[in-house]
Amino acid sequence: MIKPFDAKAHYEQTRQQAGYVPRKQATQQTYDRIGFMSGLEVHQQLLTDKKLFCHCPAGVFNHSNDYDAEIIRHMRPTLSELGEYDGTALMEFKTRKEIVYRIKNPTACTYEVDDTPPFPINRQALDIAIEISLLSKLNVVGEVHITRKQYLDGSIPTGFQRTAIIGVEGEIPLPHKKIRLIQLSIEEDSCREISDIGHTRVYKTDRLGMPLIETVTYPECMNPDEVKQACDYIRFLNRSTGKVRTGMGAGRQDVNVSCKGGTRVEIKGVAHTKWIPELTHNEAFRQWSLLLLRDQLLKQIEEPKSWKIKNKSILAADIPEANGLIRHAEANGNWFQLICLPGFKGALSHFTQPGQSFVNELSDRLKVIACIEKPHLLHSEMIEPGLTFENWEKLGALVKAGQEDALLLIWGPEEDIATALETIEERCKMALEGIPQETRKSLPDGTTIFERVLPGADRMYPDTDSAPIPLEDTQIENLRSQLPEEVIDHYHQLQAWGVPEDTYTYIFSKNLFPLIRDLTEKLQVPARYAGTFIGHTLKHAMGQHKNSAFKYRTVYHLFDFLKQKGLEYRLAEKMIYELAAHPRMEFESVLNSMKFKSLPEAEIISKLPFIAGKFNPRKKGKPEDRSNWIMGQLRNTATGNINLTELAKTVKSL
Amino acid sequence: MSEDIFQGYKGAALELLKKYNTRVWGQATIETSRGTFEGTVLPRSENDDDQHIVLKIITGYNIGIDVKTVKTMKETGYKKANYKIPEKEFPVTPGLPKVKLFGTGGTIASRLDYRTGAVIPAFSPGELYGAVPELADICNLETEKLFAVFSENMGPKQYIALAKAIGREIENGIDGIVIGHGTDTLHHTGAALTFMCQNLPIPVVLVGSQRSSDRPSSDAALNLMHAMKAAGQSDIAEVMVCMFGPTSDEYGLLHKGTRVRKMHSSYRSTFRTIGDTPLAMINRKEITPIHKIFNKRRQDKNVVIKPYFSDKVTMLYYYPGMKPDTLDALVDAGYKGIVIVGTGLGHVNKELYPAIERAHAKGVHMYMTLQTIWGYVHMFVYDTGRDMMAKGIIPAGNMLPEVAFIKLGWVLGQTDDPEEVKRLMLTPVNDEITEREPYNGYLVYQGGVPEVEAFIRKVHK
Repeated sequence: MIKPFDAKAHYEQTRQQAGYVPRKQATQQTYDRIGFMSGLEVHQQLLTDKKLFCHCPAGVFNHSNDYDAEIIRHMRPTLSELGEYDGTALMEFKTRKEIVYRIKNPTACTYEVDDTPPFPINRQALDIAIEISLLSKLNVVGEVHITRKQYLDGSIPTGFQRTAIIGVEGEIPLPHKKIRLIQLSIEEDSCREISDIGHTRVYKTDRLGMPLIETVTYPECMNPDEVKQACDYIRFLNRSTGKVRTGMGAGRQDVNVSCKGGTRVEIKGVAHTKWIPELTHNEAFRQWSLLLLRDQLLKQIEEPKSWKIKNKSILAADIPEANGLIRHAEANGNWFQLICLPGFKGALSHFTQPGQSFVNELSDRLKVIACIEKPHLLHSEMIEPGLTFENWEKLGALVKAGQEDALLLIWGPEEDIATALETIEERCKMALEGIPQETRKSLPDGTTIFERVLPGADRMYPDTDSAPIPLEDTQIENLRSQLPEEVIDHYHQLQAWGVPEDTYTYIFSKNLFPLIRDLTEKLQVPARYAGTFIGHTLKHAMGQHKNSAFKYRTVYHLFDFLKQKGLEYRLAEKMIYELAAHPRMEFESVLNSMKFKSLPEAEIISKLPFIAGKFNPRKKGKPEDRSNWIMGQLRNTATGNINLTELAKTVKSL
Repeated sequence: MSEDIFQGYKGAALELLKKYNTRVWGQATIETSRGTFEGTVLPRSENDDDQHIVLKIITGYNIGIDVKTVKTMKETGYKKANYKIPEKEFPVTPGLPKVKLFGTGGTIASRLDYRTGAVIPAFSPGELYGAVPELADICNLETEKLFAVFSENMGPKQYIALAKAIGREIENGIDGIVIGHGTDTLHHTGAALTFMCQNLPIPVVLVGSQRSSDRPSSDAALNLMHAMKAAGQSDIAEVMVCMFGPTSDEYGLLHKGTRVRKMHSSYRSTFRTIGDTPLAMINRKEITPIHKIFNKRRQDKNVVIKPYFSDKVTMLYYYPGMKPDTLDALVDAGYKGIVIVGTGLGHVNKELYPAIERAHAKGVHMYMTLQTIWGYVHMFVYDTGRDMMAKGIIPAGNMLPEVAFIKLGWVLGQTDDPEEVKRLMLTPVNDEITEREPYNGYLVYQGGVPEVEAFIRKVHK
């Protein structure tokens, strides 16, 4: 008979057993203890006019409901994926998804919908990919072979992505270590998902086929911050060419994480690098916790090989305490299954991630594989009990549950129940072995949910529709001669200039180092000032006007203007806010709108004695207050007309 | 025969592999001026150049190494790949119809060898069951590989062999026949079998796929399921082509073998019934007739096999300014039947008249069909038409040009008496000429027009 169980205490206890700490409290020792290991697959869209294998325009997007036609496809696992069709695979296939593609005529041709073979590869994209490969110190291949990489999720209408290796074995330099690169490939981007409900998944094809590169690192990052650092470096390197797309979705990364004894799990489509540390931290601990769960279950279960669920089809009327959730499920025509997980006591409430326990692993798979929308289950170890223990006892009796067992009550459409049962049994059996290989989707809170089963290794095969493309030495040398300087050199240069570190991310992510250098070399703006102006003042101004059409190059023209007019460069600090708000405004008009008056230095200095006379020392305490107060009085008129540092010296000497 | 250890390599690449004792399927480390590369040496496609060596690297991708950059190379291991399609015994279910699948070489179900890139066709019932297990719910399957040729190489010899095989299977009591076939000339074979297998008691269904069956989005599996269902369960005892209706995975269409045509080089929905409506729609659940009248399935075995074909037949696609010597050349080469594909209502220029007269005098049978694809030959409307008829060209009604070609070959395989040829040509076996063209027999919607756009947005086409 099933016994009362303090799920909350058990969750806390298993969390402590795993040694889980919030990321801010974690140290390198924390990660060394669990064997944290991570690598990256950084995707970057290339700035081309057209798509990679057809002549549709790239970078033209449409809203989800703005479409000209819909096309339906079903993806069928091919033999290669599965070798043989075992029961589970077939089951998964029978409750398969109907994939709907929404196409918009200006951005989709017959290639996007897989009704015509590919056109020759976009040479502009290929050149950019080679350039970035060279920057990444990769060995560039002699001949590019287009390969098909299978995807069964429908994100590409062919069922595979056309992709090709441009270079292998490179490296990126982080300030404290080097991270080796496995390879860089060029590939076509996938569709954007609109919705995924029940058995229907809807995509739009505007992004499909846009040229993309993927830089893959070895799993050499040993803590979450290092992963972010490596990712940032790769993105900055890509941007330093000025030939890649920026903005929402133009750069995305898949992060591979494992812990000691764990397995490679891929967190897909992380849009911002700042999310990486939390995600990798939690994933490593999820794996670590699941390994502890396995060890515990193997103590509780005598014959793991022959482990099976016990289940019974029941009616809502059989549930002693039919709450609102159950009544609602019944009203929607769902079928109910009571499932006993023998020997699984404690498993369902076993900690996996903050706010999640092992039951989430089951629930997420029910949604994805069996296509049953949530909520779809109650269980005997809920922290907020769905049913009372007495009622779980009564239900337990129906499936002869013992005190070492756990109970699940699931519901869903009749046709999905068989898959649901298979899915639960399969995932539970995996828990007895370790960590299933899967791709996971990131959530804003830094946790992840199951997305897909990680595709098998044998999913690559040659694209019989495309001929190999030779890369001649002359072409590569030509590209090599035009390479931008390295990001790491820029990094060291900024350090040498004394530009504060907190400006670097902004400078590199917007590829603004060349601008700083131009300000310094051509207009003689002090380098430290130029860097700080860009990384602090400009960033702040742009932050206040998020969708401004302001062009970064305007900064150069602004400083040039001030120099020509013989105005002090610090005036730019005020003007930049006006310009961010009104990017088309003439510099002269900006000055007018600021009510700026040009005054000779001598005139300002001549005012000093008068102003100093107004200072009331009784209101102010310290000696330096006097000069600060005078500077404050003068700032508006002085800025732009006189070097404020020099002025301050004069004021002090009064 | 000793095994080719340098499969596909020639010239400079071959020399290099020999020099460093590195075989195909050998694991190699190659030092080049562009860095070091490691992987398994793969066979090279024979049509590719001799300047590159193909490697499969550890991540599963293939790359090419330029032989000019190679400094040194070393074979560090060897592992030959072998791939076999998993086979499972096709289950026999009592009560399900018995269907025979004839293979002609098209890859209705196949998979690609992931290492070589070669296509391995799945064909035995076991292999097909492995690839499309749903087939076992439709029929009890037998298969026979008749020949292995690509669609474009199907011809009279194969038509005759197929017709005889169909006759044999009907004699053996089969419930339906499916023929797997490349799509390019599916409609030629459809016409040929209609003429050669008359009074059919069972369905004969031709099927192919537009997207190779090794890809997850292939139309092959669904086409095969539809074809098996049509063959085993439908009541339509005719030669039919079964392919996608829309490009979406929604339903298939059953087209008469004599009225169907491939209308797009690569679309899934490429086959269309021309000048009429298809026989029926088909999905995995049901067959929905569109035609009210068709030849019904029967229990007898009274099929009439007429396996004849003369290869002294050709086609002449007319173009403005065509010179008479083109026609003369065909006649001089010994062709006995010529299907002319004329403009508009069935016209050629006056310059050809003398050549037409010479051909007619030599007893060449000439039939007029249309470049417009849709519509009837009307040679009474203009004088030129009447002139041409007087000179011996016979209008072939609304027979499709390819069908007229196949039929003339089939007829001339039986007789060359002009009157008998004409009688056979103009007497339809199965709607290759129809008495009337329904209004909805010609529908090519124009994209961009508001009402068409509204329709396309609502209905998956």
